[in-house]
Amino acid sequence: MSTIPFTNDASDQPWVLPYRGTIGIYCLIASESAMFSIFVIAYLYYLGKSLSGPTPRQVLELPIFTTVCLLSSSITVHLAVNGLRHRKLPAFKAWLAATVFLGSVFIIGTGLEWYKLIYKDGLTLQTNLFGTSFYSLVGLHASHVMVGLLMLSITLVLALMGKVKQEHADRFHTLSLYWHFVDAIWVVVFTVVYVLGR
Amino acid sequence: MADSLPISGTLDLTRAPAPKRLALEVVHDWITTVDHKKIGLMYIASSLVFLAVGGFEALLMRIQLSVSNEKFLSPQTFNEMFTMHGTTMIFFVAMPMLFGFANYLVPLMIGARDMAFPRLNAFSFWIALFGGLLLYFSFLGGNGLYGDGGAPLVGWFAYAPLTARTFTKGNSTDYWALGVLLSGIGTIGTALNLVTTTLCMRCKGMKLTRMPLLVWLILITAGMIFVAIPPLSAAQIMLLIDRYVGGHFFDTQAGGSAIIWMHFFWIFGHPEVYILVLPAFGFANEIIPVFSRKPIFGYQAMVAATVAIGFVSLSVWAHHMFTVGLGADADTFFVLSTMIIGIPTGIKIFNWLATMWGGKLRFTVPMLFCVAFLFQFLIAGLTGIMMAVAPFDWQLHDSYFVVAHFHYVIVGGILFCLFAAFYFWFPKMTGRMMSDTLGKWHFWLFVAGFHLTFDFMHVPGILGMPRRVYTYEAGRGWDIWNLVVTIGAFVQLIAIVVFVVNLIRSLSSGDPAGNDPWDAWTLEWATTSPPPVYNFATEPIVRSRRPLWDLKHPEDPDWKYE
Repeated sequence: MSTIPFTNDASDQPWVLPYRGTIGIYCLIASESAMFSIFVIAYLYYLGKSLSGPTPRQVLELPIFTTVCLLSSSITVHLAVNGLRHRKLPAFKAWLAATVFLGSVFIIGTGLEWYKLIYKDGLTLQTNLFGTSFYSLVGLHASHVMVGLLMLSITLVLALMGKVKQEHADRFHTLSLYWHFVDAIWVVVFTVVYVLGR
Repeated sequence: MADSLPISGTLDLTRAPAPKRLALEVVHDWITTVDHKKIGLMYIASSLVFLAVGGFEALLMRIQLSVSNEKFLSPQTFNEMFTMHGTTMIFFVAMPMLFGFANYLVPLMIGARDMAFPRLNAFSFWIALFGGLLLYFSFLGGNGLYGDGGAPLVGWFAYAPLTARTFTKGNSTDYWALGVLLSGIGTIGTALNLVTTTLCMRCKGMKLTRMPLLVWLILITAGMIFVAIPPLSAAQIMLLIDRYVGGHFFDTQAGGSAIIWMHFFWIFGHPEVYILVLPAFGFANEIIPVFSRKPIFGYQAMVAATVAIGFVSLSVWAHHMFTVGLGADADTFFVLSTMIIGIPTGIKIFNWLATMWGGKLRFTVPMLFCVAFLFQFLIAGLTGIMMAVAPFDWQLHDSYFVVAHFHYVIVGGILFCLFAAFYFWFPKMTGRMMSDTLGKWHFWLFVAGFHLTFDFMHVPGILGMPRRVYTYEAGRGWDIWNLVVTIGAFVQLIAIVVFVVNLIRSLSSGDPAGNDPWDAWTLEWATTSPPPVYNFATEPIVRSRRPLWDLKHPEDPDWKYE
């Protein structure tokens, strides 16, 4: 019986494996995407099948401003990751705060839109098929935005307390990947609900 | 002891702390553990309990169907039994049992100390377990506080619009939806963990092309879980929105569609079959070579065939829906895609046969189960090809022929492989061998019972007996077949009792197993039985697919040829 390592591999290269946070979040993104696609399919399938009004064309308006906010928060979170990686902590904190702000603007925008739909247009989840599938799909996305905002805000508080350092860059990068995913889903939801669906 | 190990230096020789004595401490240990081996054992133990419960439900149904015009169960109870039997066996027996083995074996096989996310691992187990408890709480809470209580009775696929509030009052359907939703969250968590562990925690030299095939198959299974389980969770959420908030997803009176539930369910439901069977294939991949004394034939072909099965299985779901009337084009597509899946599966069967061909076969209990699996899975596949032909399916859809077919897959294929895995890895998990004599009794009784039940179950199906009927009238030619099927079910019960006796006896008084009782080749046999908490004190270094062969045969190591 020989001991390990019993022989050195001639082709021995440094043994580098991917960071587990990155792989883990990609797995989560894969399964979340599958879940969103079912809600998107349901929305498309039920488009125009409602037996009563209101219809999407009557009540939906293009949320251009909030969309711009959410999509640009992807840029700010990327800049925040870069700041942390290169130990530019003030830049990191500023970009992170900007991300939280832009995400909050988006969620407030969604809230105002829902307020208008419910109280002015009388569209609730129970009204018709459009209401059911619209609130479910947009609500599923909004809940993901809120989870992301919660985690970003916790990071921001910790950063302001000086507890986030350069060695946490990999972890923060994992969180930023989730945020990018939430933005990418919004591109799909926006296209399906507000562009194709109107 | 350390010198007798295949890899010396595997063990930490510092003295272990004194073992804990207090029962409460032991319980606390198990409840708070994040050790992949303990979680794996808890997965297996809980699924064995659910197996007993689900089997009991099946026996009640078989008693009811044994003769015509039987009044043993009420129609409502019968509906509850087939719903609970199906849901329990798929979500709370098969999945957790496979995850238990995956949890236990994957880190050991790739030379890691634990899973990538140990706490997520514990969370996934407990949430899935409590999903099962929630499902069974429905017996008490199903009709709400003021009713008699009742279990879900909408079938394990819960077709709409039967699940709407109008048609199933009380809370039974909600227990079903919530229990399965929780189990789905646990499943996705564990799958995420298994993929991350496999990709990020491999020991030095354990390239992807050197991983044991079981790890490969679990990796692919976990990948399929990401695509297959979330649609079910999404559909459950929609169902709950319908039932609680007044949505209209599956409300046909408001324009909702019952067909789309079928699509959503089977987009999950068919890949699920492959999610269950691929790990079972993985067990066969590890066990057959060891008892044939040959490396697996066609390693790359096996991986490629598995990937092919994984992809194709995502596009076959509507073969469960031929009778819906999807139109000739859709039917043709799903007929063809379903038949194509026979090709990679056939490749696997031939690879196992080629592994055994010319090998020095040792017919131990695990090997016996694997050989029976080969025959039975072939037959299950052949009836599957028959059902894939849409006109044939129109004739036999929703008949006992279908029930016989998928039980042939799940019992004859998956459960046989699980029993093989039990006998094969029990020595590693406990340090003791299971009794060979009792094991052979278990095997032969189970083979006899299985074939009595499921071979003859095809016949009443062909004679026109539909599924889910709670009784039938005499003189249709179904009586004798149903009686034989019920007798077979009780023979299986005896076999399972033998298995449980064997399990309990071997746990306390089995022969000591040693570290490597089967003369096997993968890394889990390189540490003690049972392995220490840290698995390996020094990280192993791997140079071929059979690291232990290399160590045992330094004059003729595998890495010279790979």
